[in-house]
Amino acid sequence: MLSYAAPKNFYPFAGKLIPWIGFAAVVTLAFGLYLGLFVAPADYQQGQSYRIMFIHVPSAWMSMFVYVVMAAAGAASLVWKTKLAEVLASACAPIGASFTLITLVTGSLWGKPMWGTWWAWDARLTSELILLFLYIGVMALQASIDDPRRAARAAAVLALVGVVNIPVIHFSVEWWNTLHQPASVSKLGMPSIHPSMLAPLLLMAVGFKLYFVAMVLVRMRYQILERERHTQWVAQVVESEK
Amino acid sequence: MKLRHKRLAIVVTSVVGLTVAGLFVLNAFRSNLVFFYSPTEVLEGKAPVDQRLRIGGLVVKGSVKKDGTKVQFVVTDLTSKVTVRYQGILPDLFREGQGVVAQGRLVAGDEFLADEVLAKHDENYMPPEVAATLGHPAQKPGGGYYPPSASELGQKK
Repeated sequence: MLSYAAPKNFYPFAGKLIPWIGFAAVVTLAFGLYLGLFVAPADYQQGQSYRIMFIHVPSAWMSMFVYVVMAAAGAASLVWKTKLAEVLASACAPIGASFTLITLVTGSLWGKPMWGTWWAWDARLTSELILLFLYIGVMALQASIDDPRRAARAAAVLALVGVVNIPVIHFSVEWWNTLHQPASVSKLGMPSIHPSMLAPLLLMAVGFKLYFVAMVLVRMRYQILERERHTQWVAQVVESEK
Repeated sequence: MKLRHKRLAIVVTSVVGLTVAGLFVLNAFRSNLVFFYSPTEVLEGKAPVDQRLRIGGLVVKGSVKKDGTKVQFVVTDLTSKVTVRYQGILPDLFREGQGVVAQGRLVAGDEFLADEVLAKHDENYMPPEVAATLGHPAQKPGGGYYPPSASELGQKK
């Protein structure tokens, strides 16, 4: 199992996995979107507008999940110095940043008709914006240092410092008075969301996760090729692709 | 092997230390980071005076008076009441019995002049039929209060 952590073995292994995971992601997302947009009933308060939730909520979950993966990979790269962990951490950053941006944009589009404003400086919205800045900071740090190993170390330290923000995002709606409503699904007891709406939401969440895994593998493969471009096995891969 | 353990210890302790430090700082900010004050806090003088602030609570049923774009309504946290005057367009979700956040300044003891009114919605999502069986006021005009969530009243858990 450990031998898969060697870039040389990981490259073809990931290549085989990507089509399957990608296909599963497309099917799950298509089914989830169909249930969410056509089957789920309108909301008693928000009518049809609440349906943006099926994009907004899963991408918000992903924005935090990807950050934790990135920080954990960063910690692993600091401790065990494994190349694969460094590659994983740097592959996570742009994907997580995209999910965060999607969360902020869809939240804004949802906020205007419902709350009456595109943006409010409440604790939930502000901490999510800080998350976007953290991702951008990690990406900028990685890009500004030429040596990939030193870049990975610096980015890992920044990512780990930013982990503090994750519980803040999650609990902001409980700790402070916010315009954003509290959690509907991840709370003790029954989710306060009707099963007919919860099913597509969870499907979309699974679909987003599968999409993330497929995308992170694609990015990792490219980065491995670039980092190992002077090695024998990459030369062979390039030769066989011709 | 030894060096690895040392690095692991450094990483773990710094993350834990930073998190604890961060949470301490946030805890200190806790009372200052409120997005809005409740009517009780405003009337008890806990909210800043002569300064723009936000108050939040439920719109009292039957208190909404509209005159063109001029609106007047009463906001309550079920303990105290503050009258809010506002001129402008209200958000779609503004309803009697629903949570709102108004930004502006206190003019008289319990009168609030708002220049922005935002609607809060709760964390409940359900089809209208289900809401009707629960007796939500949005479905039954003249019905009683739907049990308001703590967040709508501006109460922290």
